[in-house]
Amino acid sequence: MKIDLKKYRKKYTENGTAYTTNKKKNRKGVLVSWLFLSPSVIGVLTFFLVPFLIVIFYSLTQNPPVHYDFVGLDNYTSVVNNVAFHDAAVNTAIFSAIAVPLAVIIPLLLAMLLDTKIPFKSQFRSFFLTPLMVPVASVVLVWQVVFHYNGLANEIIQKFGVESIEWFDSEYAHLVILILFLWKNIGYNMILFIAALGSVPGELLEAASLERCGYWRMFFSIKFRYIVSTMVFVTIMSLINSFKVFREIYLLKGAHPTSYMYMLQTFMNNKFDSLDYNTLSSAAILMSLVMVVIIGILFFAENRLGKDIEE
Amino acid sequence: MNVNVDKDAVRAYKKKRRKNIRGVFKSLMIVFILATVSFLFLAPIVLTITNSFMQQSEIKANYGQVFATDSNGGKTYVSEQVNLKFIPEMVSFEQYKKVLFESSDYLQKFWISIILVVPIVVFQVLVAVCTAYGFYRYDGKLKHIIFFSYIILMLMPYQVTTVPNFLVAKGLGIVNTNWAIWLPGIFSPFSVYLITKFMRRIPYSLIEAAEIDGCNDFKIFSSVCYPLSKGCMASCAILIFIDYWNMVEQPVIMFSDESSYPLSVFLSRINEGEIGLAFAVATIYMFLPLFIFLYGESYLVEGISYQGGVKG
Repeated sequence: MKIDLKKYRKKYTENGTAYTTNKKKNRKGVLVSWLFLSPSVIGVLTFFLVPFLIVIFYSLTQNPPVHYDFVGLDNYTSVVNNVAFHDAAVNTAIFSAIAVPLAVIIPLLLAMLLDTKIPFKSQFRSFFLTPLMVPVASVVLVWQVVFHYNGLANEIIQKFGVESIEWFDSEYAHLVILILFLWKNIGYNMILFIAALGSVPGELLEAASLERCGYWRMFFSIKFRYIVSTMVFVTIMSLINSFKVFREIYLLKGAHPTSYMYMLQTFMNNKFDSLDYNTLSSAAILMSLVMVVIIGILFFAENRLGKDIEE
Repeated sequence: MNVNVDKDAVRAYKKKRRKNIRGVFKSLMIVFILATVSFLFLAPIVLTITNSFMQQSEIKANYGQVFATDSNGGKTYVSEQVNLKFIPEMVSFEQYKKVLFESSDYLQKFWISIILVVPIVVFQVLVAVCTAYGFYRYDGKLKHIIFFSYIILMLMPYQVTTVPNFLVAKGLGIVNTNWAIWLPGIFSPFSVYLITKFMRRIPYSLIEAAEIDGCNDFKIFSSVCYPLSKGCMASCAILIFIDYWNMVEQPVIMFSDESSYPLSVFLSRINEGEIGLAFAVATIYMFLPLFIFLYGESYLVEGISYQGGVKG
């Protein structure tokens, strides 16, 4: 089966390039295709790539807008030694390390539940997806009421005999943002997993059940192989979205939250206010490097785990 | 008349029925779990909507101390129980009346949101369709490199991309204008990625057929690729819309003047006297995306599903 697919694929791309018979016409076509590409490429170059090079340049110099002194990695060391940056990075890292695995596992479990034969499937799917549509600003009011010192959350834990908690001003603030994050992102990830589970070939599952293969065995030996690439994608997306909790934090607590909610984006945001280009650039470069490394590792893992499945 | 066979049949039947009962019980359990989870998911939204129908006095009685501000502008806590109520004692449209007819402030912010978001949605999708076609036809090594850099760019968080965006905006002198949000938004590579992925599934034989019929590239784009991608464009538009409708980072960084903030930021700046209004505005603000969700759910689901598997 695997070989057949590969053959098909080869033929397909050959067809694609077989179109290069008429050379003169092809050259004109290539030009036209670049014409189609040009608006976006020019836009991306001017707004993302070229300024990114400037950012790299800024991160290596002192006092950029006035005069340019090359200082090597000084900016980086000062950013890394900056207490605020350090706290923000640690907070963000801890939060992402907890939030991302949960944002992968919970939606996967929900998708598996929705993959069984039950009534009201599409309704449940819609319900889980609804928080994605709702702007954070609209529900922030309710979150404030729920996690207020005299609010619902404390009322509930008091029934279990636990002391009231200052949700926003203690280490439990992490839990609050975690809940807000999961609330918003579970639906999106779940849809991705439902699609992936739906792509598992039915014949394989049928054959497996004829061989009296149990549910979990079936899951880990067959389905898992097919959802690996989705899992990697969900992990990456959740990682990016986990940085977006700045929205919730900013809307809940403004630009200067307590140290428990002080995230990297909060740090960056405050540096924008003071127009500290050196710190901003080196922090951005550091982050992009970390992201590239993480994404690289995930792609590598996907290649290793999902290599025997051809799409 | 073989008694043994009958016994076996009876046993098999009983086993099957037991299994059936167990299956029904299992799916009941699953439905119960899912129903509980969906209740938790929907409760905040429902609460916002129902509370927007409360009278100002009732809201004050319920949540007064949550939003009481101290001299520093932070929230103070008064030790009194906060009641979260699902159902208003008396349904009133008082808040909506105030928002829509009396206080123009919120409506103006709503309009700012629309002005900021709609051009981004429309032009990002249009630019992306053209770009996707460019990537789809005459695939080459350089294009592969560009597409890969688009993916990397798409995966960069706002912390990274807003810094270059801000520098360019500063250089072009468009900070504090809408262009500072529009332009990076329009050229953001997300929908290029999505639509290109979709277009690559269009069978090449279709293009070849059009070629044989004498279509040039523009004609192929306008009468084959563009119409086929319409569904994907709709998915894209919804995904972009909900992201930008919810934008916080960009206005906070690009606008120094708080009065030009869109509603997505401004809503959190309510003061004590206007909590009731805030619920009504929050409901109005989420009405539009929920309405789109109601009619475009299939597009949304399709759009999200297409994204899976980055390298596609």
